[in-house]
Amino acid sequence: MIHFVLLISRQGKVRLTKWYSPYSQKERSKVIRELGRIILTRAPKLCNFVEWRGYKVVYRRYASLYFCACIDPDDNELEILEIIHHYVEILDRYFGSVCELDLIFNFHKAYYILDEILIAGELQESSKKNVARLVAAQDALVETAKEQTGSTSNMIAQATK
Amino acid sequence: MGPASSSLKEKHHGVLIAGVQLCTDLCKASTDALEYLRKNCTEGLVRILRDVSNSPYAPEYDVAGITDPFLHIRVLRLMRMLGQGDADSSEYMNDILAQVATKTESNKNAGNAILYECVETIMGIEASSGLRVLAINILGRFLSNRDNNIRYVALHMLMKAVTVDFQAVQRHRTTILECVKDSDASIRKRALELVFLLVNDTNVKSLTKELIDYLEVSDQEFKGDLTAKICSIVEKFSQEKLWYIDQMFKVLSLAGNYVKDDVWHALIVMISNAPDLQGYSVRSLYKAFQTSNEQETLVRVTVWCIGEYGEMLVNNVGVLEMEEPMTVTESDAVDAVEVALKCNSSDITTRAMSLVALLKLSSRFPPTSERIREIVMQHKGNVELELQQRSIEFNSIIQRHRNIKSSLVERMPVLDESAFIGKRVGSSQATLSADKSSRPTSGSPGASLKLPNGVAKPPPAPLVDLLDLSSDDVPASTSSTTDFLHDLLGGDLMSPSSSAPSGGGAGTDILMDLLSIGSPSAPTDVSVPNIISSNQGNAGELETAPASVMDFLDGLPSNSSLPGDKDPIYPSITAFESSTLKISFSFTKQPGKPQDTVIQATFTNLSSNTYTDFIFQAAVPKFIQLHLDPASSSTLPASGNGTIMQTLSVTNSQQGQKPLAMRIRMVYRVNNEDKTEQGQINNFPPGL
Repeated sequence: MIHFVLLISRQGKVRLTKWYSPYSQKERSKVIRELGRIILTRAPKLCNFVEWRGYKVVYRRYASLYFCACIDPDDNELEILEIIHHYVEILDRYFGSVCELDLIFNFHKAYYILDEILIAGELQESSKKNVARLVAAQDALVETAKEQTGSTSNMIAQATK
Repeated sequence: MGPASSSLKEKHHGVLIAGVQLCTDLCKASTDALEYLRKNCTEGLVRILRDVSNSPYAPEYDVAGITDPFLHIRVLRLMRMLGQGDADSSEYMNDILAQVATKTESNKNAGNAILYECVETIMGIEASSGLRVLAINILGRFLSNRDNNIRYVALHMLMKAVTVDFQAVQRHRTTILECVKDSDASIRKRALELVFLLVNDTNVKSLTKELIDYLEVSDQEFKGDLTAKICSIVEKFSQEKLWYIDQMFKVLSLAGNYVKDDVWHALIVMISNAPDLQGYSVRSLYKAFQTSNEQETLVRVTVWCIGEYGEMLVNNVGVLEMEEPMTVTESDAVDAVEVALKCNSSDITTRAMSLVALLKLSSRFPPTSERIREIVMQHKGNVELELQQRSIEFNSIIQRHRNIKSSLVERMPVLDESAFIGKRVGSSQATLSADKSSRPTSGSPGASLKLPNGVAKPPPAPLVDLLDLSSDDVPASTSSTTDFLHDLLGGDLMSPSSSAPSGGGAGTDILMDLLSIGSPSAPTDVSVPNIISSNQGNAGELETAPASVMDFLDGLPSNSSLPGDKDPIYPSITAFESSTLKISFSFTKQPGKPQDTVIQATFTNLSSNTYTDFIFQAAVPKFIQLHLDPASSSTLPASGNGTIMQTLSVTNSQQGQKPLAMRIRMVYRVNNEDKTEQGQINNFPPGL
């Protein structure tokens, strides 16, 4: 299973973290620091797998972001690379040519999409179309909710004028 | 279980993936579930896999031309769990596995991921041999792929495959060796581990050669691992000692600094166990030392060997056919050790070992003695206490104690290999460098070699153990709890077979046991005089020593007690009297310490020649402790014109039950000859 997913920028700033195993707050920051140091200092030509604390960490660099996933030693690393790629493609399709800025300003959407794909550390949805459909439906809900609140406050404002 | 297995019949891929994952975890959790799934769901799984791999292009699930690789992989994994150990289901899966393995394209990562999982499954279940060959071939293809990830994965898989099918993996040995030299650190590490697993008796020589060649050009971080692995390979698979020694020398010259301590200790043990190769070893080491003397461990081993086997180096003893002739003079050998001593990069251990080696050389090559003494004296004021102490002690040994020097620095006894290996495996490193305090006092430079941080106590006057050294017994591997070198120095010598004598008596007396000279039952002692005779120095004297001891003991003059200085409680005695020498003892006891006695010994010269370099030695039985203070002088004027006084302190742990007894030996020079006299003192006043 995947124990956690981290998105780290080239400067070492953390853009997204998702934990599927119990880690306390202190442990989390320690893990992030360690892994950040290890992965950011790796040369580009090296292979994408690092052995760390008995686990394997699979990472891939997309533009200025490193996508890292920590897995058990007996998992298939190439499959995890595919899963990471799957996620990035969905993000790309959703945001349209996604860049790091999109993830910074819309991190909540990034989390929603990740939750659609991975549950309890395992892949759940292998169809990009389904995920896109679900997230679009969610966005539609948000829009209607916004409109509703907008119209309610209009009514109240008018009523109390 | 019903709902779980029914989820496998779904159409929706998401549900299917989740269902498969659920079943996998169920199998891991309970064997009943495993059995159930195996019976009911194997066909279903095979059908799913067949459908998904044969399905036409489906835009929804397509990744790089393959429909839903994730589903492929999950199903393959569950099939692995079901087929493990079960021949029937494995057979059922054979076809589909073969199909997947051959049909999947491997130019994209998705395809490779599927192939990887497929190979793992084939390795995991009871597959037919054809299928296994297919799997190994796929792995071979992976190995030559340019993508680092793929190669890494392949190496990982091969490590598991080694246990299953050794031969097939051997075929890819060259490719794996190439991977050891790869630029990627993780691949190098994996490849090295795999090579280590692949080593067997037939290919060990070529593999080691390759690895050593690579050692020359590898980076620093990698050298440590590589060295450790090479050393363990060489140790495990060496059939001939010559090859082992050769490889170890090469490793030492290339990467000596990374070699761990127990490895070169083992090398030294091996060399001392191979007497015919000692000459070759010391010569090769000498040559290697000329070229690469910045490798610390190489310097240490070289210095030790030159010290031990110096005369083999100079006299070209035991030359093997392939060696080139080489002439090394005595001063060359001393030069080499001097370089090691003076080099700035040598640390304390190396310098300490060099000092010891110089001492040994001064005994083996007497002409260089003076020069060696000068070199040693240069460290008289060294900041390091260890070096300073050694320098001063060795200087005094070379200068004044010539007669015992040769016996001090004799060839070390053959180190017991099996005991060493047993101890090394069993005990931690700490014991090897542990206390010298457990050993009885010793002035042996040979022992201090192995424990460079141990302190060699200065011999103010030779104590009991020094006499033990002249017998040079083979270490017993009996006392396993004491540390290694305790055995080495003949710890068993400290347990003489006879306890305190009830009176005097020749034959198996304490001193005989302690000295172990002249006892015909111990065959090793016969060889001892031979080794001694090969050294310069007092060879002749020691060889005749056994005989003289026997004679002497048989013809002991009875000591009469002369009225000497009367102590109120204990009368003085004449301990020893011969035609040339007289010794008298006077006793004082501390009040309140009945077991301690202070003896004042007075030596008088009865002949008309002056004695110089006078040394008094004493031996006592086990229940007595003896301490000798330095003598007032070492020159005894003739005809009783002057005397030497020396104080002894004796502690009798069985005071009141057993009387004091003592054996004594006097060594001195008269008329430019060395003379020895020995005797036993039986006439101690009772109650001491």
